Amino acid sequence: MIFDYETLKVIWWLFIGVLLIGFAVTDGFDMGVGFLLPFLGRTDDERRVIINSVGATWEGNQVWFITAGGATFAAWPLVYATAFSGFYWALLLVLFALFFRPVGFDYRSKVDDPRWRNAWDWGLFVGGTVPALVFGVAFGNLLLGVPFHYERDMQVYYTGSFFALLNPFGLLAGVVSLAMLVMHGASYLQLRSEGEINARAKTALKVAAVVMMAAFALAGLWLAMGIDGYRIVSMPPPDTAFTPLAKAVEKAPGAWLANYSAHPWMIAAPLLGFAGAAIAIAFSAANRALPAFVASALSVAGVILTAGFSLFPFIMPSSSNPNSGLTVWDAVSSHRTLQVMFWVVVIFLPIVLAYTSWVYRVLRGKITVETIRKNPHTTY
Amino acid sequence: MLPDLELVDVSRLQFAATALYHFLFVPLTLGLSWILVIMESVYVMTGREIYKDMTQFWGKLFGINFAMGVTTGITLEFQFGTNWSYYSHYVGDIFGVPLAIEGLMAFFLESTFVGLFFFGWTRLTRIKHLGVTFLVALGSNLSALWILIANGWMQHPVGAEFNYETMRMELTSLSDIVFNTVAQSKFVHTVAAGYVTASMFVLGISAWYLLKGRDVPFAIRSFAVAAGFGLASTCSVIVLGDESGYTVGEVQRVKLAAIEAEWETQKAPASFTAFGVPNEAEQRTDYAVRIPWMLGLIATRSTNQTVTGIGELKEEAEARIRTGMVAYANLQKLKSGDTSGENIAAFERDRRDLGYGLLLKKYTPNVVDATPEQIKRAAADTIPRVAPLFWSFRLMVALGFLFLFTFAASFYFLAVRNLAPQRWLMKLAVWSIPLPWIAAELGWVVAEYGRQPWTISGVLPTFLSVSNVPASSVYLSLAAFVAFYTFLLIVEMYLMLKYIRLGPSSLHTGRYDLEPAKGTAS
Repeated sequence: MIFDYETLKVIWWLFIGVLLIGFAVTDGFDMGVGFLLPFLGRTDDERRVIINSVGATWEGNQVWFITAGGATFAAWPLVYATAFSGFYWALLLVLFALFFRPVGFDYRSKVDDPRWRNAWDWGLFVGGTVPALVFGVAFGNLLLGVPFHYERDMQVYYTGSFFALLNPFGLLAGVVSLAMLVMHGASYLQLRSEGEINARAKTALKVAAVVMMAAFALAGLWLAMGIDGYRIVSMPPPDTAFTPLAKAVEKAPGAWLANYSAHPWMIAAPLLGFAGAAIAIAFSAANRALPAFVASALSVAGVILTAGFSLFPFIMPSSSNPNSGLTVWDAVSSHRTLQVMFWVVVIFLPIVLAYTSWVYRVLRGKITVETIRKNPHTTY
Repeated sequence: MLPDLELVDVSRLQFAATALYHFLFVPLTLGLSWILVIMESVYVMTGREIYKDMTQFWGKLFGINFAMGVTTGITLEFQFGTNWSYYSHYVGDIFGVPLAIEGLMAFFLESTFVGLFFFGWTRLTRIKHLGVTFLVALGSNLSALWILIANGWMQHPVGAEFNYETMRMELTSLSDIVFNTVAQSKFVHTVAAGYVTASMFVLGISAWYLLKGRDVPFAIRSFAVAAGFGLASTCSVIVLGDESGYTVGEVQRVKLAAIEAEWETQKAPASFTAFGVPNEAEQRTDYAVRIPWMLGLIATRSTNQTVTGIGELKEEAEARIRTGMVAYANLQKLKSGDTSGENIAAFERDRRDLGYGLLLKKYTPNVVDATPEQIKRAAADTIPRVAPLFWSFRLMVALGFLFLFTFAASFYFLAVRNLAPQRWLMKLAVWSIPLPWIAAELGWVVAEYGRQPWTISGVLPTFLSVSNVPASSVYLSLAAFVAFYTFLLIVEMYLMLKYIRLGPSSLHTGRYDLEPAKGTAS
């Protein structure tokens, strides 16, 4: 094994982060476009332009989400088991919303009835908006700590409820997430469209980016002033295998900022979150859609990294029994599994990125109302 | 605390329902993708437009089905976490690996290229587009490979060991898991069943056009591709049938005994019960019609190996439960912190039976204090109910032989250029369209119902695997899944029928019988 267990545990934190960022940067704009669809498309042709701007590629983008789920199962089985059974209804809400997308994209334009098409448009709206919102709410609640504990034989018990997730900080985090992905979706739509839709996308980007920056700043202040973090008091050596219960954890004011004072370079993440959004606004206004899209993607990455850096080494802290909290040291798979999966990622992720780029290159170019009118039977 | 058996039952029902829904769409994707590759290859080689039209029309139906496959598939990636959290903790170290590889290696491939299949016709050269179609087929079939490796491991858990430090099973060998005999035979059997399903779909719909005398050149060519591919696939399903996987592993042996209603071990070679009525209470089969030697030949590929009967398997299970109790007692010592070399050695000696000890948790939380009567009941639990398996299996096999006949007859009459008068055969093909789905779903019932009472054969009982969520939540989500999926299924069927009725005219090439179609957009 080329890496020791401790190093692999950290590498896997990075990998899951890469998958989540990959998901937010790719499928994130599909979701943002889903949110914008009913508002930016005023006629059927315009809506078809918006749908077809992502229609050929969204399917591959969604696999980032599926793969992040699978990789969490393989590398962080306790997180997979605890988060998904705990956030039971939140996850089901996301899944049911996502159900609308594969069928929505494929079926919407196969029947020439305005009610049918309008219904699927709202389905695509739900499929983009609800997951974007719920993912943010979930992250907000991770920062607050989640009520769960393990009993003998490592049976997990979640003692919260779905509605408890919808607390003010959780909802604020949901706004950050939704506004961020709407900004990102608008930047992609600007890149792929012309004329009026292009102009509306620019406006949407500006509004969403400003909302995102404001909500992100507010969440940061709240986190610094009013939310206690968690810190590990003692635990077995990080290069050994142990269960979460083997460590001692305490709640501590300002603990979520500890990493930034210990490693000041981490401040780059929140700065990237703000700067990326600001730069995206500037490029977008100057009609430079591609740099705007890149800046928006960097902003998305910055925001997600901020959440990750604040929590590290925690993944899912427990508020009701802090020792049960899951960290990168104790929620992980065995040394061998992390090693095997390391090679799987190192080999396959570059291949995925290579063919995905090729597919985007083949399908590049603007989608216009004329494109739709010329190919009414071969476009979505 | 004893397990909440109502929660266990409704969680199982939810998994069964969502998995069976998903498998309404998977087989068609697996097979139709290759049929598209075949049709497009002919187009690329001959340059004849009709083969391009065939690829595009059957591709449209492929797309309608594919969307539902994705919609129903998302659930399954996350359901282990929502409803089976102890399972996820206990075996995630192993089981998560093929699932993650499936995403990275297969599902990305399939999903990234499927868009290009639909939207790349004018942007790619013919060869490149064919390559894209091929990658979609490859991706969907690789996806099935990794899922069946995961499922095969549940049936026959090789390459893993229990680690008392983390209280779970951990990976010891990836290659054992990948080259698991059960996984390999399941993969071949399942994808071939998918090819049969898709072939019957194309064969039946083409036969319907032929019966109506519509778009005959288009229909006859589609019919021919389906007949050839279907015949080859049916032969694979039957010859490489799942039986080959039933000789290894505990649960597989139990399953075989239950499928064959083999109450007691017979002298080798065992006879095969072609028909009969399994009588659970008396542990015998009434009105049995037996074919000498057959079972021994099918199951063991030999005349001298025995097929173990239910009575003997139950005795074996009882012995393993007793060893499992010792393993569980030793595990408790280790967990209390007494990790001397002696204790570790004692635990490791019996740990392969730990799962059998866990079966007692249904009756006593402490396991070690089980009464002889409880041990007997736990041993009886290791045998699934015989009748559902016996009948599901026989119906599936009978359907398999019907498919063989349909494809062979179609192929024969095509070869002798005498298909047109065989209207009975075309009608048979039309009415056979839904049958492969029934066979495929029955196959899953045999495989998974037959795995009970385990989620992981011999390692983790089903009743211990569930999440600690209220049963009411699971009832509610089950109702939501069934309602939503059924609604979407109706929508899907509506679109399928709409496009099947339109036929190749839906491509708007101006070359087909129903054009110009009035007022119907596609």
